[in-house]
Amino acid sequence: MKAQDFRYERPSTMDEALAILADTDQEAQPLAGGQSLMPMMNFRLAAPDVLVDLGGVPELSGICEDNGEIVIGAMTRYRDLMASEMVARDVPLLAAALPHIAHPAIRNRGTLGGSLALSDPAAESPAVLLALGGSVDLRSASGQRSVAADEFFFGLYETARQPEELITAVRLPKAAPGHRFGFYEITRRHGDYAMIGVAVAQAPDWRIAFFSVAGTPLRATDAEAVLNADASDIDAAVAALASLEIDGDRHGDPAMKRHLAGVALRRAIGGMS
Amino acid sequence: MSQTQDITVTINGETIHATVPVRQNLADFLRNGQGLTGTHVGCEHGVCGACTLLMDDQTVRSCLTLAVQADGASITTIEGLGARPDTKALKAAFTNRNALQCGYCTPGMLASALEYIESGAPADRTAIREHLSGNYCRCTGYQSIVDAVCETIEGRQS
Ligand SMILES: Cc1cc2nc3c(=O)[nH]c(=O)nc-3n(C[C@H](O)[C@H](O)[C@H](O)COP(=O)(O)OP(=O)(O)OC[C@H]3O[C@@H](n4cnc5c(N)ncnc54)[C@H](O)[C@@H]3O)c2cc1C
Ligand code: FES
Ligand code: FES
Repeated sequence: MKAQDFRYERPSTMDEALAILADTDQEAQPLAGGQSLMPMMNFRLAAPDVLVDLGGVPELSGICEDNGEIVIGAMTRYRDLMASEMVARDVPLLAAALPHIAHPAIRNRGTLGGSLALSDPAAESPAVLLALGGSVDLRSASGQRSVAADEFFFGLYETARQPEELITAVRLPKAAPGHRFGFYEITRRHGDYAMIGVAVAQAPDWRIAFFSVAGTPLRATDAEAVLNADASDIDAAVAALASLEIDGDRHGDPAMKRHLAGVALRRAIGGMS
Repeated sequence: MSQTQDITVTINGETIHATVPVRQNLADFLRNGQGLTGTHVGCEHGVCGACTLLMDDQTVRSCLTLAVQADGASITTIEGLGARPDTKALKAAFTNRNALQCGYCTPGMLASALEYIESGAPADRTAIREHLSGNYCRCTGYQSIVDAVCETIEGRQS
């Protein structure tokens, strides 16, 4: 199928983009990499009146350091994140997750901001944000705010972002010496959305975020508590996943997914560096 | 009536001006508007890779790119791929190795393979498979395609 007709706008500044989103007479939707929005429009699952192409707003792209955090502009593409030495050095958990996201042609266009705005329950980057305890910068024509990862994900494809707000940047804490990270996902084919996956940080407290387990990425707080008490007790951490509220899906029932969650957690911890 | 917009785009080295419906994707613009039917359309939602081409020397899905987004860009389709230095050897290797049967996936496969080869990456089968993971081929079983990419890279080095 083909996308329904819309008005196309390509603003060249953030303020222009925000002004279009602030006009609530018509439903406007930002277009980032289009790697999720275009399929949704082709299927007519999305049919915005106005499409606001963010590709012409240079302020939204780029990677820099600010006060112990790595700040990544919302329109920064996966391709550029994979090529970034700063990301490889200072946010190794994100660097470990990136090759698992889709395929090269998708990563040439797809953006970190688009992925977090969409918040697909099977996507890697929301779990990375949650495991790192980062935050998301939001801005509308009337103001700006920053939302912590723990408060950002609400439900299936639902986040703290309001329709008139743009994600402008994502803040991820910089890794310090001694911090360790692990990432593991189980997929049927390379590049597919995961059947289950987990992002793990010991920085120095443990944070464990699963994805493809429920409507949002989920922190395994009981398993974190076990490892905070004794980092070598991986069996007890896996047993503590019993309290995780896992939904079944087309990949398997909750019991099978809980089993896979344990497998993924062991392998992620085994591969930590 | 669809809303339209004027664009200027370089296609296979030739700069053209066109008026396009804003909802038209790049694949349809090339196929229907420009008569460049070498770009194939399979799934129209980014999964199969048949519509993959080069935009500013990077592979993109032309079914997920609007023609208006190509304004100011340089597009290389299968019809223009021959102008790139490694294409001749890659095509010969595809023929030698039987890396195509029906040919439906081939234009997209060649674009992805060339992006890999031009990056200077090694003839590593795992890395090649990973790079081509977004291009489905229902005929060959992929072995022969990976063989052909390896052969091209090895020939390039010698
Ligand atoms: C074949 C295929 C396989 C894929 N596999 C994976 C995978 O394994 N893992 C994975 O994580 N993803 C996968 N994806 C999705 C891909 O990573 C998308 O690029 C990503 O989810 C969305 O990013 P985008 O920049 O393309 O956003 P878009 O598609 O442009 O936008 C997505 C949504 O976010 C909104 N939006 C975008 N940017 C902003 C912003 N700055 N502020 C506010 N709202 C915004 C849009 O309005 C839209 O609703 C796959 C896609 C395809 C086609
Ligand atoms: S037609 Fe574009 S990826 Fe299938
Ligand atoms: S040759 Fe037929 S799909 Fe690849």
